[in-house]
Amino acid sequence: MSLSTQDIERIAHLARIHVSAADVAEVQAKLGGVFKLIDEMQAVDTTGVEPMSHGLDMVLRLRDDAVTEINQREKFQKNAPQAEAGYFLVPKVIE
Amino acid sequence: MSWNTFATVAETVAALAAKQVSAVELATHYLDRANGLQSTLNTYITLDRDRTLAEAKAADAKRAAGDASTLLGVPIAHKDIYLIDGWRTTCGSKMLENFVAPYTSTVVKNMSDAGMVTLGKLNMDEFAMGSSNESSYFGTVKNPWDVSRVPGGSSGGSAAAVAAGLTPASTGTDTGGSIRQPAMFCNLTGLKPTYGVCSRFGIVAYASSLDQAGPFAQTAEDCALLLNAMAGFDAHDATSLERERENYARDLAKPLAGLRIGLPKEFFGKGVAPGIAKAVDSALEVYRKLGAVTVDISLPNVKYSVPAYYVVAPAEASSNLSRFDGVRYGHRADEFTDLLDMYKRSRAEGFGAEVKRRILIGTYVLSHGYYDAYYLQAGKLRRLIAEDFKRAYEVCDVVMGPTAPETAFPFGAKTDDPVTMYLNDIFTVVANLTGQPALSHPCGTDENGQHVGMQIIGNYLDEARMLNVAHQFQLATDWHKRHPSI
Repeated sequence: MSLSTQDIERIAHLARIHVSAADVAEVQAKLGGVFKLIDEMQAVDTTGVEPMSHGLDMVLRLRDDAVTEINQREKFQKNAPQAEAGYFLVPKVIE
Repeated sequence: MSWNTFATVAETVAALAAKQVSAVELATHYLDRANGLQSTLNTYITLDRDRTLAEAKAADAKRAAGDASTLLGVPIAHKDIYLIDGWRTTCGSKMLENFVAPYTSTVVKNMSDAGMVTLGKLNMDEFAMGSSNESSYFGTVKNPWDVSRVPGGSSGGSAAAVAAGLTPASTGTDTGGSIRQPAMFCNLTGLKPTYGVCSRFGIVAYASSLDQAGPFAQTAEDCALLLNAMAGFDAHDATSLERERENYARDLAKPLAGLRIGLPKEFFGKGVAPGIAKAVDSALEVYRKLGAVTVDISLPNVKYSVPAYYVVAPAEASSNLSRFDGVRYGHRADEFTDLLDMYKRSRAEGFGAEVKRRILIGTYVLSHGYYDAYYLQAGKLRRLIAEDFKRAYEVCDVVMGPTAPETAFPFGAKTDDPVTMYLNDIFTVVANLTGQPALSHPCGTDENGQHVGMQIIGNYLDEARMLNVAHQFQLATDWHKRHPSI
């Protein structure tokens, strides 16, 4: 499988990463090499195999429906690029 | 005070207990050494002398008050992927250059509760993506054995710091070999425990179904002492294993007579450098002299582990790293046109090339119409690989082979082609895909004097046995006692 320039632009948009027009070709070439490696696994017939994400096949635990977090807004917002009056500031989105 | 900078954790524990040294003296010694070698090795991203000395003073006060906890006052340095409340935590990225952690990861908290003193935060590949430490925003870490070579990655700072005697021990994380491969490159013992043994809470996530925390030290005995403190159930991690704490040092003294070592033919093929094959063969001879028997086995599906890994890891990374949007924390671009452009430019500027590459791969394999062909297929291969091991454990107790196909390579040797870098993980990613424990211990050198590691892969939750095996090897050999002249 080979990736086209349009594929690169589409996934860069989905990933919310700006890729400059000058860099598309290089990204395309390097990803092409990686997908050549990845596509080796298509050779295996896995019909009927149950996919695995956890070696011990554990199930998720349930917890009590209780409040466990305390409000640490000011502490957390110290890392924000722009915060004011308890809000995270972003560029204007509603005209 | 004169202190052997290459003292093991066990020796440090004994010296503290005998009051031959204080926690403050140890912290001062290692901080001075770290500062002295920082320009040569670039191991640390952040040191905070006042905080470290305050922790050391508190440890000494506890001991004076009668606290006899094993690890009380022993220094430890943490990979800069572990959040520690009040410490800058960068994950090796420009994205988090100024991020100060608002809470502490469970593993660090466990070690602090055990009385260990934090020396600082160690350099690493950006977001733990890399096998050479060349992707760090804060510059490459140098291998203390040969500063023209890489220390391995992604926990390269963690390995270089212990190897150079800047700390008796360190923490790392291992998503595809990021503890074991640098342990090999720097002549250390490094352990990736069973998935779920150490909490992932407060560790910046890379690939959540693969990430696991583990220790670096000179010896298997030290790794056992460290894992005793690190491991344990944590309700904050949904995949943490709910089980009793165990003493990982309990079986260290057991003789190896009758141990069955499985040797997969897939780990001894033509891809392994001759110097590595030779060192591994000699080490296996030592194991046979210790009473172990070797059994030839086959793991036919492991040849698909690198392709499967480079689907699963980027897919999960693309999801995990979507949180870095320039809004709540992390880098925000100075110039943009609107909100969407702000996201795109902040992420383009904040992430390095390798991180962006993996996010793009992951985004593609998870995008509409491709899920079954990639992520689902990789998940099925994980099952097939795990079943290969299940069959192997009917005829052997542990599996062994080289940790990596090549020894430490020079800077720049693999940076042009990501695929050649990825293939360095060929023997290590297997244990992450299956969730099994695996360690690397020193077992020789190649013709260039570069270090070779023996990888021991064990069955789920068999860490105590694997540490026993490595410890017995270390009682009979002295590879792990060699130190760089730095």
